[in-house]
Amino acid sequence: MENLEELLIKGDKRAIARTITYAENYEDKAKEIIKKLYERSGNAYIVGITGPPGVGKSTLTDKLIKNLVDVGKKIGVIAVDPTSPFTGGSILGDRIRMQDLSQHPNVYIRSMGTRGHLGGLSKGTYMAARILDIAGMDYIFIETVGVGQSEIDIVKIADTVVMVLAPGLGDDVQAIKAGIMEIGDIFVVNKCDKEGADKTVVELNMMLDLDEKKDWRPPVVKVAAQENKGIDELIDKIDGHKSYLIESGTFQERRIERLKMEIIESIKNRLMKDIFDKIQEKEFSSMLQQVIDKKIDPYTFADELYKDAFN
Amino acid sequence: MDRPIRVLVAKPGLDGHDRGAKVIARALRDAGMEVIYTGLRQTPEQIAEAAIQEDVDVVALSILSGAHNTLFPKITKLLKERGADDILVIGGGIIPEEDMPFLKENGIAEIFTPGTPTSAVIEYIKQHVNRAV
Repeated sequence: MENLEELLIKGDKRAIARTITYAENYEDKAKEIIKKLYERSGNAYIVGITGPPGVGKSTLTDKLIKNLVDVGKKIGVIAVDPTSPFTGGSILGDRIRMQDLSQHPNVYIRSMGTRGHLGGLSKGTYMAARILDIAGMDYIFIETVGVGQSEIDIVKIADTVVMVLAPGLGDDVQAIKAGIMEIGDIFVVNKCDKEGADKTVVELNMMLDLDEKKDWRPPVVKVAAQENKGIDELIDKIDGHKSYLIESGTFQERRIERLKMEIIESIKNRLMKDIFDKIQEKEFSSMLQQVIDKKIDPYTFADELYKDAFN
Repeated sequence: MDRPIRVLVAKPGLDGHDRGAKVIARALRDAGMEVIYTGLRQTPEQIAEAAIQEDVDVVALSILSGAHNTLFPKITKLLKERGADDILVIGGGIIPEEDMPFLKENGIAEIFTPGTPTSAVIEYIKQHVNRAV
């Protein structure tokens, strides 16, 4: 595409799409573009939408976008779904719930597969967020895969993390409290028109009250996303969290943390690529056979590969 | 580095049967592709827009309503207008043989009718995808 950079700055959807493709395939072109346009980034507010599978993250995101475009905001969405660890394939279905808005000139939605990355995001998410930021988005929503216990990468990238739950999870709320309860800046009980919603709200509030050390007590918001109920309140809470972050100085701290992570991720990705690019398939198989035959052990094998890659 | 082929599986028009589309989506996933599935009752505009935003290599259209002669060419036309005619567009469903030449003239690369093994679709995509994988 000609003038990719110029089009990207203008927010052209095709230019954004192509640049994100470069990013998720870890092609150098993505880095080159970000290097040139980095100065322009830093203006978008990044909101993470996370929670267990089936609680309505995509529907909620759809309604948030709708309410924000109505007041003239530009929105970028990254929706992450799992990649099969066996075939490398994936079905990315979050877009189904966001169809109405995807044609709006101020909305860009991209589905990404995790492609082997653990933690609830995909390998290219940092770069993709940076690209949407450069393209002039006011808000970037990142919807994680359905989370269980350890998919907490979203904390490292989002300014505000919205943890979405639904009634009927019952003991699940208990089960997830160790890993997941700590990462939400705002808690949403979605499907609040369903039985048991109030009980879930009470349980959440009780658990959140146990944590007295925090300066920010995460609010619990009742939402029925499908009916567009509670969305305005949720947006108010997101804005409220943003004000808190800025006033307390946490905003800057979080952003510095994110930059650190972005740098570390970039090194990691490059290292992995360099090492695996240099390993020859044939060599690997023949050495693997030696490990199978117990002539060498897996750790010696790994050390050898590592050494070879850097020589 | 190898990258997965990205495919948009879409159902244009008004028929409410998506079993075929889901079977194809699943088969392509199992063949290692990234499948963006957008659900039922999509307009040509929605499909073209999704194809562009998702930067897919392939658009696979499924239709059973009989409106293929209207809807399919509309989608390829919209893609062309946006400079995205390097995307491979294929179709499947209840499509009479006599309609096939017209559809092919209008940018649909291949049509798969009921009874086609999913492996044939996978093979076709792998061989005909336009962008380097």
